[in-house]
Amino acid sequence: MSFAVLQVEDLSVSLTGSPALRKVVDGVSFEVRMGETVCLVGESGSGKSVTALSVMGLLSRTGLATSEGRVLVDNENVLEASERRVRELRATRMAMVFQEPMTALNPVQSVGRQIDEVLRVHSKLNGVERRERVLAMLDSVHLANVTKLYDTYPHELSGGQRQRIVISMALILEPRLLIADEPTTALDVTTQNQILLLIRELQEKQNTAVLLITHDFGVVAEVAKRIVVMRNGRVVEIGERAEILTRPRESYTRLLVSSVPSLIPKQRARVSGETILDVRGLAKTYVERRLFGGGRIVTAAEDVNLTVRRGEIVGIVGESGSGKSTVARCIVRLIDPTAGVVSIRGEDIARVARRPLRRLRQHFQIVFQDPYRSLNPRRTVGDSIVEGLINFGMARSEAMVRGSELLRTVGLDSDVMGRYPHQFSGGQRQRICIARALALEPDLLIADEAVSALDVSVQAQVLKLLEDIRAVTGVGVLFITHDLRVAAQICDTIVVMQNGCIVESGVAATVLTAPQHDYTRLLIDAAPGRNWDFQNFKPIESTASIAAR
Amino acid sequence: MSEDVERSIFALVDSSLETQVSVEPSRLVPLVHLRRTLGAPPVLMALALLAIIALIAIFAPLLATGNPIAIDPSARLQHASSAHWLGTDAFGRDMYTRIIYGSRISLLVGLGASLTSVVLGLLMGTIAGYFRLLDSLIMRIMDGVMAIPGILLAIALVTLSGASLLTVVVAITIPEIPRVVRLVRSVILGVRNEPYVEAAIALGTPLPALLLRHMVPNTVAPLIVQGTFVFASAMLTEAGMGFLGVGLPPEIPSWGNIMAEGRTYFQLMPGLILYAGVFLALTVLSINVLGDALRDALDPTLSRKL
Repeated sequence: MSFAVLQVEDLSVSLTGSPALRKVVDGVSFEVRMGETVCLVGESGSGKSVTALSVMGLLSRTGLATSEGRVLVDNENVLEASERRVRELRATRMAMVFQEPMTALNPVQSVGRQIDEVLRVHSKLNGVERRERVLAMLDSVHLANVTKLYDTYPHELSGGQRQRIVISMALILEPRLLIADEPTTALDVTTQNQILLLIRELQEKQNTAVLLITHDFGVVAEVAKRIVVMRNGRVVEIGERAEILTRPRESYTRLLVSSVPSLIPKQRARVSGETILDVRGLAKTYVERRLFGGGRIVTAAEDVNLTVRRGEIVGIVGESGSGKSTVARCIVRLIDPTAGVVSIRGEDIARVARRPLRRLRQHFQIVFQDPYRSLNPRRTVGDSIVEGLINFGMARSEAMVRGSELLRTVGLDSDVMGRYPHQFSGGQRQRICIARALALEPDLLIADEAVSALDVSVQAQVLKLLEDIRAVTGVGVLFITHDLRVAAQICDTIVVMQNGCIVESGVAATVLTAPQHDYTRLLIDAAPGRNWDFQNFKPIESTASIAAR
Repeated sequence: MSEDVERSIFALVDSSLETQVSVEPSRLVPLVHLRRTLGAPPVLMALALLAIIALIAIFAPLLATGNPIAIDPSARLQHASSAHWLGTDAFGRDMYTRIIYGSRISLLVGLGASLTSVVLGLLMGTIAGYFRLLDSLIMRIMDGVMAIPGILLAIALVTLSGASLLTVVVAITIPEIPRVVRLVRSVILGVRNEPYVEAAIALGTPLPALLLRHMVPNTVAPLIVQGTFVFASAMLTEAGMGFLGVGLPPEIPSWGNIMAEGRTYFQLMPGLILYAGVFLALTVLSINVLGDALRDALDPTLSRKL
């Protein structure tokens, strides 16, 4: 057995000053050995990030404090070390990579200088040697043109490049422990894959112990050697990867793993209802105005054609900047399309005047990504749900009755009408948003990344809710997502977008198993955990077997 | 701080951790925070002082010992006595009575200026924030007004339209409006792209309801804070104008006028300026303390640190 670089023993963290001493992390123990990747998995609020921060000795800034336990890095207790010693340890023995590379980097200093700072503080190298070392490091994270890159600023780089910079900053002193807190969550799926490969490559080169914090079981299935499952500040289960993914002992782990969407498309009957949405040649361009010279034209969407039938769920899949949200917002006319026809009920939504548009709005509704911002925090849930009904002339008392029925439809108690949004969890709020959208009995429901901000178990529930609603009401759904796996779970038809254009569209099973376009293949290959059938707790033997299903 | 308040604050912190409440301005946090901030001793003192001054203004005729503008040449420049509690001025008018009545004028000017500037600023700021075409027009006019020093603009306005209580209030209000407009506009601009506003548009909410239900309520908290500062600065401007002799007509006993008239005899009788000055200073200080406390209580960035 190799040497344990990090040992966390019976760690507890509680709120400072709290009389009840509520524990955010409660008796957590695990270890990470040399050259090994341990994944810390859990839903939001499970205490996984707090655990990482206490290992790094960064808790004091958060209003939390460790109350019990030991954190040994190379047999040295971080919790008892002096502030000065912890600072030394942080660069040389352990390093951390955060979720959002833009905020982790200083926007007013060139990236080269920022990496150089680590060496300036912690090594005795002179300027020339340091520069050489930084350039070598940038080279080893596979960044091109490193001498030029040295002098660039964070905003000039892409998200993936920035994360590579952060990783080189963390690993330049070859620490023995790397903590990565959701390092790929803010990145596109293809970039995510590259970053995960990069971390693995550097880990093998430097024999680093890696503690990877993530909520995504797909990522876990790709990189973990061992898995620590956390919930409400406690460790639920620790085990080897295969053990956790195929034979979870605890019911919570079982629920969590089985909620993870896998890439296997479900077998579905062909939907043959009437067409409720017909988009032809939709385009949206922005003109960037400049003080001098002509404007630059930015194309957000171009020549988009798609249809949604009654009772059909059509998925638009693409990475950030592919124009999928632009299409959604054009269809509900939150922005005006530059060209094209959006016909709903024989009316061209793209051209209709403001006043008649307001009448037509009851036929199409939208649910947004962020459940925390989609409801007015000052209005009760009831007021939010009945707003549309009252706008279209229903009496308030009647609307309230209808509102409580809707709440029951989405699986909430009808007596929550008088409560405010902040009293609900993210998943509950998203249910409320769906109820609000359904109140007007629309023909078309647009879900713009509606489950992307939710934990997997909640995500699975909301997906099921959408399916049930589709079955009961026959509403057509345009489901926009960046996650091919979610699309595989729910969509009848999938449309793949790249750089504002549709590159491929067709029946979900066909697109996922026999992709025609290179980009679709790239997306499928990059989807984390594509080799696991999480619902059935087993690996998928080969891609051919997906096709056989 | 009482124990149950403390407990409820921690209960809130707990629940916010559980549900991962992000930056969203929830209703409860400011309310509890309000109780805590407003319970601090300096704030309580400021509130008590303001209440006393307001009561003095309301019940001025009952509290006063005479007529504030009655001239008595035989009792000029007297020191404090049982007949004239704070002495008399150069015309033999009772200082105590004049200061009591002066509080009416000062508070009226402050209240008038803050209410008017908040109402007009809210209207113009909402229009500028929502209708992008009118935005640059309104904001350039506001920039123009802001470019002229407030007291200079007020003096010019009073000179043009003649001195009366109404014109002075108007003259003090106009320079205060641009700041309120800017504040409201920035709030409206911030919320107009919030998903809940877009959801309301998608639900077919008519424009007036959209503004009133979903956008304007966000301006209430910052407007309360801004209003208190306008209140204080209007009172100061009025006193300043009175002191310069370009404010209210001299027969109106405002604190500014009282101090202006006392200037000549200041060496002889410091009380002529001092008493009114103390009242003015205490009132403005109390309002500012209260405004600061309200800002701390209503500012979501501070309540997040809680």
